[in-house]
Formats: sequence, C-alpha cells, structure tokens
Amino acid sequence: MPAKTKYELPLGAATREAFGKALVELGRENPNVVALDADLSKSTYTAAFAKEFPGRFVECGIAEANMIAIGAGLASSGKIPFAASFSVFAMNKGFEQLRVTAAYPNVNLKVVGTHSGISIGEDGPSQMSVEDLSLACSLPGFTVLCPADETAMIELVKLAAAHVGPVFIRAGRPKVAKIYEAGRQFKIGESIELVEGSDVTLIATGLLVAESIRAAEALESEGISARVIDFPTIKPLDREAIARAARETGAIVVAEEHLVDGGLGVRVAQAVAEMHPAPMEFVGIQNTYAESGTPEQLLDKYGLLARDVAAAARRVLKRKR
Amino acid sequence: MQKTSDVAQLAAITKAMRRTVLQMITEAGSGHPGGSLSAAEIVVTLFFDVMRHDPANPKWPDRDRFILSKGHCCPILYAVMAECGYCPKDKLMTLRKLGSPYQGHPDVRFLPALEASTGSLGLGLSLGLGMALAARLNGGKSRSYVVLGDGEIQEGQVWESAMAAGFHRVDNLVAIVDYNQIQLDGFVKDIMELEPLADKWRSFGWHVVEAYGHDIAALQNAFGEASSMKGKPTCVIAHTIKGKGVSFMEGNPKYHGQAPTREECARALQELA
Ligand SMILES: Cc1ncc(C[n+]2csc(CCOP(=O)(O)OP(=O)(O)O)c2C)c(N)n1
Ligand SMILES: [Mg+2]
Repeated sequence: MPAKTKYELPLGAATREAFGKALVELGRENPNVVALDADLSKSTYTAAFAKEFPGRFVECGIAEANMIAIGAGLASSGKIPFAASFSVFAMNKGFEQLRVTAAYPNVNLKVVGTHSGISIGEDGPSQMSVEDLSLACSLPGFTVLCPADETAMIELVKLAAAHVGPVFIRAGRPKVAKIYEAGRQFKIGESIELVEGSDVTLIATGLLVAESIRAAEALESEGISARVIDFPTIKPLDREAIARAARETGAIVVAEEHLVDGGLGVRVAQAVAEMHPAPMEFVGIQNTYAESGTPEQLLDKYGLLARDVAAAARRVLKRKR
Repeated sequence: MQKTSDVAQLAAITKAMRRTVLQMITEAGSGHPGGSLSAAEIVVTLFFDVMRHDPANPKWPDRDRFILSKGHCCPILYAVMAECGYCPKDKLMTLRKLGSPYQGHPDVRFLPALEASTGSLGLGLSLGLGMALAARLNGGKSRSYVVLGDGEIQEGQVWESAMAAGFHRVDNLVAIVDYNQIQLDGFVKDIMELEPLADKWRSFGWHVVEAYGHDIAALQNAFGEASSMKGKPTCVIAHTIKGKGVSFMEGNPKYHGQAPTREECARALQELA
C-alpha cells in the first residue's frame, strides 16, 4: 500500500538562517525596517542586515532588556523594529519590557527569538528556551509565530512586518526538514493541514511538525489514519481547525519542543474543552530543564521524536470512545 | 589539595590548566576557549592561594564563595576544581557530553560543589552580593569572589548589584572583571565601549585595583588589598588577553566560542609544553 502521506523531508536551512535572509529582503523593500541585536548577530543572522544597512542596525551590547525597550521606542516612533537574540534572553531578560513597553501600549515591535527549545544541544539549559511560547502567549495583543521550516519563516517574517502590532517569532538553531515548497502562502492565524486523516489528529509546531509527519507514516502502516496539522501561528489560535479535528477525528495529540506547561498543547486543550471535548495527549518537555548533549540525544531522552508522537497517538486512541 | 603562594608553582599549575582546558574543548568539539584561557591565572590564584575553602568539605559554611558569572568559561573552572579534588579528573574529557558532571555551562544539579548555575550573563554579582550579605549576617569570615566578563558587564543588572554593594558597604565582596576586550561578535570597543571603566566602579562606591591579569604576583597583591579594604567592595580590573597562551588564539575573536581542531590543539599544546 503506497504511503498516503508521501512526504519527503529533505534537510533545509535552519529557521534562524531563513530569518536573516528574510530580514535583508525586508530591509531592501522598506526603509522603515530596522534591526536590533545584543551581541549575537552572527548567531541570530542579523549580521547580514547589519552589513547591508549599518545605519538601520542598533547594536545593544549584552543588554537584552534595554534592547527590547529601545525597540518599543523605535516602534512608537513609526519604525518597524526587529529585535533579535537567543529566545531565552529576549523573552526572560526582556519580559517586563515586552509587557509594559510593547504589549500594554500595543506597539509595532517584532521580537525574534532564535536557539529555542532543547535542540541547541551542548550549551545546556541556561541557553535553552522552553517557556518562550508560554510567556509570549501570556502577553495580550501579541501575535505568536513558530515556523516549522525555512519557507514558513521567510513568509511569516513578511507577514509579521505587514501586521500592525507586537509579534514574537520563534526560531531554532539546527538545520531542519523542508516541509513547504518555496513561495507557499501563509496567513497569520491559519493552520495548515499537511496530512489527511480520520482516526486521530496530530497538531504540531516547529521542529515537531516533521516528527509528526513521520509519526503519521508509522501509524499508517498500523492501519491508523492520522491527520497532521501544522500550527505556524500559536496566537491567535486557529480554533476552527481544532474544533473540526475534534469533531471529525475524536482524538488529538499536540506536539511541541516546549514545556508542556503553558505551551501550544494547553492552548489547544482549552479550545477543545470549550468547543468539542475529546481525549488528548501531549508531547513536550515534562516539568524539567534539560541538559547538555547532542541535539539527537536530547530529543530522544526528552521524548520529542516521531516515536513519541506515535506512542501518544496510540494512547489517545485507547481513550477514544 | 596543596595550597601555595609561590608564584612559580602557581604559574606551573596555570600552564597545566590551560593544557587541560584546550584538550577538554577539543574533545567536546564545541565550547569557549578564549575566555577560559584569559581567566586562567585569576581562577588558579583564587583557588590555590587566596580563597579559604576545603575540597574535602565542599559545603563548609564559612568557606569563601567563587562564582563564575561568565559561565561559558566553565572549562577553566572545571579543570581547577578537579585539580583541587572537588570532582573527578578522569571525567574532564566528557565536557558537554550527555550525563557529564561537566555540563556546557555550570550546573549545580550535575556538580553540587559549584556555588551557582550560571550561563545567562549578568546574574552572578547579585548572587555573590547575597552570599556576602549572608556571611555578614552570620558574623562569618566568608568572602565572595565573582568573575565577570567585560562584555557581560553591559548587562544592566551588573550595575544594579554594583550600586547595592557600594551602598551597603559590602567589603567581603570582590568583583573581578576579565578585561580581555573581546566579546561574542567582536571587540568590546566596537560593540559597547566600557571606558572609563575604573571610574564607573569608583562612582558606584567601589575600591578599584587594576592589574595585569596574567601576572600572578599582581593578582595576589590585588586580592590582598581587597581583603584589607574596609567599608567598600573591591573591583579588580584584570587586563587580560583573550586566548592567552596560544599564539593563534590570542586577541582573536574567532576563538570566543569555537573549539580548536585536533591539529590546532596539537599546535597549542606544543606552545604550552
Ligand atoms: C544574558 C546573555 N546574553 C547573551 C549570551 C550569549 N553569550 C555568551 S558568551 C557572550 C559574550 C561574552 O563576552 P564576555 O563577557 O566578554 O566573555 P569572555 O570574553 O570572557 O568570554 C554572549 C553574548 C549569554 N550567555 N547570556
Ligand atoms: Mg571578553
């Protein structure tokens, strides 16, 4: 039986690298676009923008809180600032600034957090952002984006620039599987069904999208029809797609490279509870900080592989009435 | 462990530590050699001469505290702590590997003899201040030593803790700035100039001693001066060379966060023979 999914997942660029490319493009199109960084421009890939537009690049030094509030000031004065750092520093050091200088007055600041999740590997927990989606979603008015591959990142950076209001974009360190063909259209707030299925729905974001596609393939060989939906937008949530998935498949797994607490999973669960209660399982990091290791070892140890998504699907199917 | 004030002996230990650090980072394939090498004399002088501590009794309440606020430079701290007897020498080459006590950044869960988990820059001076205040409350002799990166002190929190320590006259707190003039993206002066640095610390109520950070005798004097200083915390501004001891790493921003290749490591070890 031919695999219904037929997904080839060749390795593409890292989403942080795609961000850097998209930012330069934006810079060429719109003189109002400015960038800020905090001594990580080679890692966040804002370096290319800094090189082409030195006058529109603000080096903040190792001072992320300051960077976020400077960005908010630029935004309040009509600029379209993209402030970038490792996600853990932008969100955690800059949180009060995000809250009071960006979210509360609803200014047009774009924050890009790279090196999210545990797939950064050897550097360990102090550099790993496992709560950034939770923090960003807790900011009223923020749009929260988590692209799964380079194409998604390039398109979402464009959409973020065109959107008026504060945006957080989550990016990763490692090269990741290509999910989309170049030029694929996206819309803020819209999820994308990647694999059709009727027994169970696998909702995923970021790195876990590719793992969920692989899980669906494994499940198919067991006769389980799994729907896979990518959520490039975490907030506002695509509640329609969630309600449809609950109604049509009756069981849902949510998978993300993030703490289960406060992540996409609990947001989906709220929507499911409100609109169409159904059994759910959650794949994510469980109430702990990770450690040093290779990205592969960590994804294995902390349960973020296709195998783990498939196991969650089998569990949820047992609970499905 | 054998403590010593002998400069030649301390220099010999420092050289051995530099060799260990390079081997550890090469074996790991990633890590931060530049700032580990620039801080070598500072860490060795503190652990082998200046600080009151006992590896056989790591949680001795009245011990001096050492905090590596610039946590990415942990290889030099791990090498020195292992040499002191806090942790296994034979595991040093597992740096950054799954399950190693020697995590990518200092992690008290894996190495309880550490005073703090660091790696997010800017936090260490506040922690050291808290520990120094606790010692003062307890009427103990404990002093806190906090090693900061020059790039790191761009963080606003460093200056909040500096102001608080000056205001509260916390004279059992010592900040050491590893002034190697390079941070991650390049030279400090191009990213966010710090000068006039000594004046900044003085204006926050600190006693300031400037020293060449690779001159062990000068560091001993600086720490001695800090100990006798009453009513003020002391900042030792240690003028250093990033990558010190390895010709092709010295002053080269590339080796902030890049492991040497095996070939480069072999060359480096020859220079440090
Ligand atoms: C809060 C925070 N922001 C950014 C980083 C990423 N980072 C790691 S090392 C480094 C540069 C540090 O430079 P410096 O303090 O001068 O250290 P040294 O030269 O001694 O290595 C940066 C930006 C971090 N670890 N923590
Ligand atoms: Mg430095």
